[in-house]
Amino acid sequence: MTQTLSRLPALTPPAAELPARAEALRAEVREFLADERAAGAWTPRSDVWLSGWDEDFTRRLAARGWLGMTIPAEYGGHGASPLDRYVVTEELLAAGAPVAAHWVADRQIGPSLLRHGSEAQRRKYLPGIAAGEVYFGIGMSEPDSGSDLASVRSRATKVDGGWSLTGTKVWTSGGHHAHAFFALVRTSPPEEGKRHSGLSQLIVDLHADGVTIRPIPLLTGAHHFNEVVFDDVFVPDDMVLGDVGSGWGQVTGELAFERSGPERFLSTFPLLAALVGELSGADLGPAGRRELGSLVARLWALRRMSLAVAGSLASGEAPELAAAVVKDLGTRFENEIIDAARLLVSIPPDPGAEGGYARLLADAVLHAPGFTLRGGTNEVLRGIVARGLGLR
Amino acid sequence: MTIPVVDPDLVELAASVFADATDGNLWDTLEQTGLARLAVAEDAGGSGGSLLDLGAVLVEAGAAAAWAPLAETDLGCRLAAAAGLEVPAGPLTFALDAPLTVDGDAVSGTLTRVPWGRSAAAVVALTADSVVVLDPATATVVEGTNVAEEPRDTLSWSAATAAVAPAPEGAAAEFARWAALSRSLLLAGAARGALTRAVGYAGEREQFGRPIGRFQAVQQQLALAAAEVAAGGAAAESAARVVVRDGIAAPTAQLAVASAKVRTGQAATEVARIAHQVHGAIGFTREHDLRLTTTRLWAWRDEDGTDGDWAARIGDLTLAAGADGLWSLVTA
Repeated sequence: MTQTLSRLPALTPPAAELPARAEALRAEVREFLADERAAGAWTPRSDVWLSGWDEDFTRRLAARGWLGMTIPAEYGGHGASPLDRYVVTEELLAAGAPVAAHWVADRQIGPSLLRHGSEAQRRKYLPGIAAGEVYFGIGMSEPDSGSDLASVRSRATKVDGGWSLTGTKVWTSGGHHAHAFFALVRTSPPEEGKRHSGLSQLIVDLHADGVTIRPIPLLTGAHHFNEVVFDDVFVPDDMVLGDVGSGWGQVTGELAFERSGPERFLSTFPLLAALVGELSGADLGPAGRRELGSLVARLWALRRMSLAVAGSLASGEAPELAAAVVKDLGTRFENEIIDAARLLVSIPPDPGAEGGYARLLADAVLHAPGFTLRGGTNEVLRGIVARGLGLR
Repeated sequence: MTIPVVDPDLVELAASVFADATDGNLWDTLEQTGLARLAVAEDAGGSGGSLLDLGAVLVEAGAAAAWAPLAETDLGCRLAAAAGLEVPAGPLTFALDAPLTVDGDAVSGTLTRVPWGRSAAAVVALTADSVVVLDPATATVVEGTNVAEEPRDTLSWSAATAAVAPAPEGAAAEFARWAALSRSLLLAGAARGALTRAVGYAGEREQFGRPIGRFQAVQQQLALAAAEVAAGGAAAESAARVVVRDGIAAPTAQLAVASAKVRTGQAATEVARIAHQVHGAIGFTREHDLRLTTTRLWAWRDEDGTDGDWAARIGDLTLAAGADGLWSLVTA
């Protein structure tokens, strides 16, 4: 019994090698991080891109030229390659350094402003982002809109000189510190049968009149998430990002950039490093060595896939399928580190510890549910993969 | 950034050769097209292709479940050449850690589970200190197979005359890596082949009035399999590139090849499981071609070092690197 076989779509872009320049940069970043560690500037943590808010550290990075790296020099950036940024980012995450303050601005707001922003918007925000002085949040999800993002109900009504915004956004990381965020809102009713129409992105000043920000504590009790309520908030016309009504396309483009980066498999790397530290000198035995080696093999492969996607993005392509695959595998891998740690070391998690293995484990355990949710649930991503396979 | 690329025409050629040839005449076609010794130097009777060319062809061979000792022939040529020995024309095979007694040019002993041993023109074997080129025609052969029914034979020689040369330094470790790299590429291909069949079947098979691929439960499973295919493929291809960049003896190649073998082995397990689950009972029968790729996935994940063997080596490398060296190890 035979069947006709058609070809599958490419599931990963061709393997990429980092240029020699990027490797020289890596050495500089490592030296910087070693000095920071030696000075006790911060303690390595799990999931630092959500929880490690440290504006002084962010400014020290900016002073080295490691923020806004891909922003052109005319906007205060450094005109570097996305692969250079990739190297800096993976080094920071692997070290468990506190990168949350600039994270959203550096990863997606800068690129979005460059793609869709007006000249005035770029001049207003990009230099501050590159200087580590301006911080952004994300305003996508709402109480009744999670995976089904097109169902957002926040509504902007046209008024003289701008828009009046009413509604609620949730899970806005760092919203209590951030200066502004991009809100996906409805600016007109959807056209018949086109539920993605009528959505726009507004740049909302989080200190504007009518904006109320309330904490939503995480499982750890820490305040990173926020609810952001708009009550008749005025947003001037020149703070519409891109075109009115083009919000959906802009947002999905933004998501593609945030699915395949090193933050999708390194959130618990500091725990893995601490695990290796706990195991050194211990009698691990063959099964334990296999468990540990299997984990590192998965990490090696994930990083290679992520780099391949980064290389493809850098050359102007949009490998949506491969990016979804990296996030699905990578965020599950972040959980696998926890499983392996628990299997190999008999130290219970301790949320009260100052640092070290027990604290890294506690934070990892309590943050883990978010890994496979944020940026598109893994089930939604598998739906994207299934569509790519021609199944839907 | 200069990245060596593989000629798409070569991949097309290989895919069409594997698709069209029957098992009986495949080797002849491979020789006629120059694919049989693709990465062997031209002055040694090969086609002078690159390792990446060979890698791409091995992936195609795996996807098509090609009935030919392509990887084994390449390894036999490679091992003989490293020792300065000649090999005959035709399909070759190889043996590592070979428990043979070498006395001058007289070789005795038994090799087990030799791939394609019964039909090879020569067996190139690496003992503790020698490389020997043996003629299977002078051996006592007991035929065996792996779970994919590929030949894995036991060959015994008693004072057979063989070409013998000293083993190059480091050959045992390096050739174990060559074998694992080749097997990883074949596994990556077989995983893709199994997924291709499963996706095709899910689009054709109807239950409850629609193709089963329309059900989210099936879509989610196939997406998981696709992720495994992607990871295995990326790992095997990247490992080949590390070997091209740094050489098989480099420490970076050790981690790369070991990771590729482990990751493709893990992918093999998951992809075979899902491909069978999607196919239902028919895939579990000899009537259906799904088995050609899935039985190879099960066989190959345990050949040339199991995932467990290679994972343990990575575990050792990791412990040696320590907490502070782990990230450098992974990014080298």
